[in-house]
Amino acid sequence: MAVDMGKLRWGELEDDAEDLDFLLPPRVVVGPDENGVKKVTEYRFDDEGNKVRVTTTTHVRKLTRARLSKRALERRSWPKFGDAAHEDAGARLTMVSTEEILLERPRAPGSKAEEPKVAGDPLAAMGKAGAVLMVCRTCGKKGDHWTSKCPYKDLAPQTDSFVDKPPGAESAASSAGTGKGAYVPPSMRAGAERSGTEMRRRNDENSVRVTNLSEDTREPDLLELFRTFGPVTRVYVAVDQKTGVSRGFGFVNFVNREDAERAINKLNGYGYDNLILRVELATPRPN
Amino acid sequence: MRPILMKGHERPLTFLKYNREGDLLFSCAKDHNPTVWFADNGERLGTYRGHNGAVWCCDVSRDSMRLITGSADQSVKLWNVQTGAQLYSFNFDSPARSVDFSVGDKLAVITTDPFMGLPSTIQVKRIARDPNEQSSESVLTIKGPQGRINRAIWGPLNKTIISAGEDAVVRVWDTETGQLLKESDKETGHQKTVTSLSKSADGSHFLTGSLDKSAKLWDARTLTLIKTYVTERPVNACAISPLLDHVVIGGGQEAVHVTTTDRRAGKFEAKFFHKILQEEIGGVKGHFGPINALAFNPDGRSFSSGGEDGYVRLHHFDPDYFTIKM
Repeated sequence: MAVDMGKLRWGELEDDAEDLDFLLPPRVVVGPDENGVKKVTEYRFDDEGNKVRVTTTTHVRKLTRARLSKRALERRSWPKFGDAAHEDAGARLTMVSTEEILLERPRAPGSKAEEPKVAGDPLAAMGKAGAVLMVCRTCGKKGDHWTSKCPYKDLAPQTDSFVDKPPGAESAASSAGTGKGAYVPPSMRAGAERSGTEMRRRNDENSVRVTNLSEDTREPDLLELFRTFGPVTRVYVAVDQKTGVSRGFGFVNFVNREDAERAINKLNGYGYDNLILRVELATPRPN
Repeated sequence: MRPILMKGHERPLTFLKYNREGDLLFSCAKDHNPTVWFADNGERLGTYRGHNGAVWCCDVSRDSMRLITGSADQSVKLWNVQTGAQLYSFNFDSPARSVDFSVGDKLAVITTDPFMGLPSTIQVKRIARDPNEQSSESVLTIKGPQGRINRAIWGPLNKTIISAGEDAVVRVWDTETGQLLKESDKETGHQKTVTSLSKSADGSHFLTGSLDKSAKLWDARTLTLIKTYVTERPVNACAISPLLDHVVIGGGQEAVHVTTTDRRAGKFEAKFFHKILQEEIGGVKGHFGPINALAFNPDGRSFSSGGEDGYVRLHHFDPDYFTIKM
C-alpha cells in the first residue's frame, strides 16, 4: 500500500477506504469567480490504494425559475392576507399526497385489476372505454376481472370448503359452552383468573373504534396504520362472512391510553383508501 | 403523479380559476371565503373575507390585479387580488351565480338566480379602472331563460354572450342589443341541466357539461355541436386543455349506486377524453366526493380539481402524459 502507516494499527485498516480519508489533504473549493467558474479539488484513494487528485471545474449559472414571469415572481413575495395572515408553519393545509395517483387508462377486459397501465402501453390503448360486463362471483366486482382471476380468491364462500374443517377461532367460544357439555373452560370457571380479564378490560379502555373503512381493509392494514402511535395488542376488522367484504368498521387496542388518544387526534378525518376515517374511543362493552 | 392536497375550505368547492400566467389558483367554495393559492406548490396566499353566503363563481383580470366573485348572498364583489381588500360590491335581488370578465376586463357578465318570483337574469356591468368611480348600474340586462342560468361567458371579441343553465339549452346573445341570436337544438343538445361551461384557450369553441352524463363541444360562433363525450356520471365540471387535444370531465355519482359493491363506484375521478376522437384516455382518481370544479393551468402542464369533500387537488402531469398515443 502506498500509504504511510504512521501511528495506525492494522486493525483499523480492515474497513474499506472511507476510513482513511483523514490521511488525505482536505477538499479545496475555489468558489465561483466573475465568470461563474468553480473549481473543486478533492483527493481520494483509487482501487489500488493510490492517492488520486480529482479536480472538477464547473460553470455555475443561477437558474432562476425560468417558468415564472417577472410579475409572477413578484407575486411570489406578496405578504399573506386574510385567513392566511396568521397561519403558523404547522398548519397542514397543503400536503403532497402519500399515494401515487396515475392517469388510469381504460382496461381491456380480462386484464389484471391492480396493474398500473402507464400511458403509451399498446394493450391499454387497444381497450375501448367501458369494458365488457364481466362479473366476478367471488368478490362481486363488475367489469374488472373474471372469477378465475379474482385477487380475493381466498374469500370464496366457506360453505363447501370448510364443512369438514374444525370450527374457526370465532366459533370456539360459542361451541365451548354448548358442544363440550361437562367441560367448563378456565375463563368461565369459578375463580377464573381476574388479572387476565382485568388486563383485557384495561385494554378495552384503550380501544379505538374505526369506522368508514373501505371494503377491502383488513387487520394488517389497520395494524400498519395505527402502530406508529404505539404498541398495539389487538386489531380486529368486522367482516361479513357471506360476502367477505369488510363491514366497514374495526377496533384497534393500544397498550397505552395516550397512544390511543394521539391516534384518535391524528387519524380522525384522515383519508384512507378514498374514504374518510372516523376514529373514536370505543364505548365500553356492557358487561 | 403526486397530487398536492389543499384543504382550505370547510365546505364543498364550487369553482376553480387560474390566473392568466398560471401562477395563482383561485378557489371558491360554499364556505363564503374565496381563497388564492400558488399554483406550483399549493401554498395558500390568502383569503378574501366579506361574503356572507356560498361563493359560486369567480374570475380574475388579465393582470391578476382584480378578482370578481359571485355569491349566494346576492352580491358580486370586486377585490384587490394582492391585499384581499374589497373594492366594490354590486348588490342584486337574488343570488348571483356566474361571473366572467370580458376580454379587456372592462365589462363583466353576471347571472342571477330565479328567486322569489323574480326570473333569472344576465346582466352586464361596466368595470371602472378606479374603484371609486365604479357605478352599479347595468349596461345590459337580459331576461328570458326559464330556470337557473348556471354559467354565462363572453363570446369571441365580446360580441356575444353564451349562456347555459337548467333548461338545458345553450344560448348566444348579442352584447349590443341583448337579442337572442342562436339557441342549441333540443334534440341534439343536452337533455338535462347544463352545470358547467368552459371556453377553449383561444375562445373559438367551448365545452358544456350536463347532468345527462355527457359533455358537448360547441363552436362559439355558430353554436354547431362538434363533439359529444359520454360518461357514466352526471357531469358537474369540465375543462379543455390549452396544450393538448384533451378535455377533462368531472362529476358526481347517482345516489342509487352509492351502496353498490363495485369498488370503482366509490372513487370519484376526473375523466380525460381525447377532444377529437371522443375516446376516454383515462381517469384520475382520488376525491372523496363528487368533483365540482376543474381547471387546467394555462400552460397545460397541470390541472386542479375541487370536490364536494372540500379538497382541492393540484396535479402536475407526469412526462408520459404528454406522449399519450390513442
